[in-house]
Amino acid sequence: MNMLSEAAVEKALDKKMNEVAYKMIGKDVSVYYGEKRALFDVNLNVRENTVTALIGPSGCGKSTFLRTLNRMNDTIEGCRVTGKITLDEDDIYDKEIDVVELRARVGMVFQKPNPFPKSIYENIAYGPRIHGLARNKADMDQIVEASLQRAGLWAEVKDRLHEGGTGLSGGQQQRLCIARAVAVSPEVILMDEPCSALDPIATAKVEELIHELRANYTIVIVTHSMQQAARVSQRTAMFHLGQLVEENDTDKMFTNPDDQRTQDYIMGRFG
Amino acid sequence: MTDVVSFPAGASAKPARRDIGIKRRYAAERRFRAYGIAALSFGILFLFILLYSVVSKGYTAFQQTMITVPVEFSEQIIDKDNERATDPQKLVTANYPLIARNAVAKVLGVAETDRSGLRAVNQMISDGVRGQLRDMVVANPQIIGTTQTVSLLAAGDIDSAFKGQIDLSVSENNRKVSDQQVGWMNQLAESGALGKHFNTGIFVNGNSSRPEAAGVGVALIGSFYMMLIVLVLSLPIGVAASIYLEEFAPKNKFTDLIEVNINNLAAVPSIVYGLLGLAVFINFMGLPRSASLVGGLVLTLMTLPTIIIATRAALKAVPPSIRAAALGLGASKMQTIFHHVLPLAMPGILTGTIIGLAHALGETAPLLLIGMVAFVANYPTTPMDPSTALPVQIYMWANEAERAFVERTSGAIIILLLFLVVMNVGAILLRRRFERRW
Repeated sequence: MNMLSEAAVEKALDKKMNEVAYKMIGKDVSVYYGEKRALFDVNLNVRENTVTALIGPSGCGKSTFLRTLNRMNDTIEGCRVTGKITLDEDDIYDKEIDVVELRARVGMVFQKPNPFPKSIYENIAYGPRIHGLARNKADMDQIVEASLQRAGLWAEVKDRLHEGGTGLSGGQQQRLCIARAVAVSPEVILMDEPCSALDPIATAKVEELIHELRANYTIVIVTHSMQQAARVSQRTAMFHLGQLVEENDTDKMFTNPDDQRTQDYIMGRFG
Repeated sequence: MTDVVSFPAGASAKPARRDIGIKRRYAAERRFRAYGIAALSFGILFLFILLYSVVSKGYTAFQQTMITVPVEFSEQIIDKDNERATDPQKLVTANYPLIARNAVAKVLGVAETDRSGLRAVNQMISDGVRGQLRDMVVANPQIIGTTQTVSLLAAGDIDSAFKGQIDLSVSENNRKVSDQQVGWMNQLAESGALGKHFNTGIFVNGNSSRPEAAGVGVALIGSFYMMLIVLVLSLPIGVAASIYLEEFAPKNKFTDLIEVNINNLAAVPSIVYGLLGLAVFINFMGLPRSASLVGGLVLTLMTLPTIIIATRAALKAVPPSIRAAALGLGASKMQTIFHHVLPLAMPGILTGTIIGLAHALGETAPLLLIGMVAFVANYPTTPMDPSTALPVQIYMWANEAERAFVERTSGAIIILLLFLVVMNVGAILLRRRFERRW
């Protein structure tokens, strides 16, 4: 067993606490789907304005962990989460916390581009509208433009804002979804394999975008591509069989990981 | 992984292939296609036979034989003692058929003393002229004493004979029209007085025991009220129930039971709904018999399972990614459903609803039990008034003996089928209009 001991984790955390700000802190997070346990006491912290990549073989629980961060697991019948996850100082599983409020702070981008079958403008405007972020049409126009610019899509779509969002190419759709997530001014953006349905050129654009978004947002990304994790992230966490194997600086992870299993996975020996 | 399992012997060369019957596979496919085409042709053939039989028998119902003659509104007959100013009943109860008979007799040159001849003339004119002339006089009493050209309804038998539906080679004693009447009919037709006109009566008249004056007007209004009630009740109730069951209800034994029951209810014979309506709405709640309100309620019960099943299927078909997208943006469950899921499910819901309505429009059995199989000659003004429905009207006319009712039955079927076609085309158009790709 190469698991870090509890004490060692605490010590390491204390040391890092002095240098870095944690946006989200997960402590002893376990997830059950009915009888089946999918996550085993995961302790993982997400640093502010950092891209954290979650890697691991299929079914290892990385997507499950990602979805606990904005309580998307709530929508799955029979799903139960134990442990504690905080966003800044707030326990997000506290009864006082409004899940709608939480998801406005922790946005999400999904594996398959899933724009609403409405116009590009409406896709972006929907979130700000239900959260009351715009007082009038001019405000909304501004939010839409700013969000599309952040997602690097403005130049491509500014002349057809009122055409359907589903008419865009796959890569454009995914950037539209990122713009939609950005439009509600979240603090954290979760991305669940955002490039797995895209071609290499679209992937490159999205990766570039993730890189730029880091300045303003904290990003957690699940990916199956080692290269992608290496390219876009500063921190990487490796999951295996529902457990967190290792969490480290990306550079160290890919050159000299602490755990043998990480090494094996990155080298492609399993998974 | 050291034990490498090798291919069977001879694998190094090109393996000899076992006979897997490729020819048989292609033959089976060809046979299957032939079965399919045969089944389809069979269906189309029967559809064609149905349409041909209905249309060929029914199209004549949209024409009505009329006798156009100058009618003298004789003051002597209508209002002999000039009492109409004091007694309004006078104009209503006057002997109008006599005026009509005299008018036709005059044209045919039948002497006023020829009693049997006059009786024969009288038989050629529908009793419906009583209402026709009365309405003219009541609307405008000034025409009393003048002579007006009026198109009088011909009697049903003359109508049938003129359309060639009565076999004139049969002995005179065994048919409804005499040779004398046929002679007069031909004489009038040659002079242009007797001819076929478009039959507006079949659309606007109430039921009548005289085929030439009978129409589906009351049935249309009854059916319209019922469709309105079914739409207003079953669409919101059905959609709300489906949304709750599909999106909010916990999945447990109880909701499973409800689901099984809804599916079963859709298959319950409609006459059972009629019994239910009779017991609950009429006997228990005391609503009036024959009222389209009760009919609408019964048909609502019958349509609800169809709408719920269609709506649930439409909701299920909305991709989960759309829900995830909305929830991920911080929309509440209610917002997710009403802003995104429901609009996407709308084409399916509307199609299901219209199909359900079309089904309800053609339903007869439950209406028989709640007394809508009634002779109703007057327009219902509210859904509480006695009324009948299109399919019930067809059923009633099919039981009538007169030859002229045969074509009217087919005519009413054509009207019903037209409504069904219009509704189904509406369903298709709505589907096209709302359909979105994602």
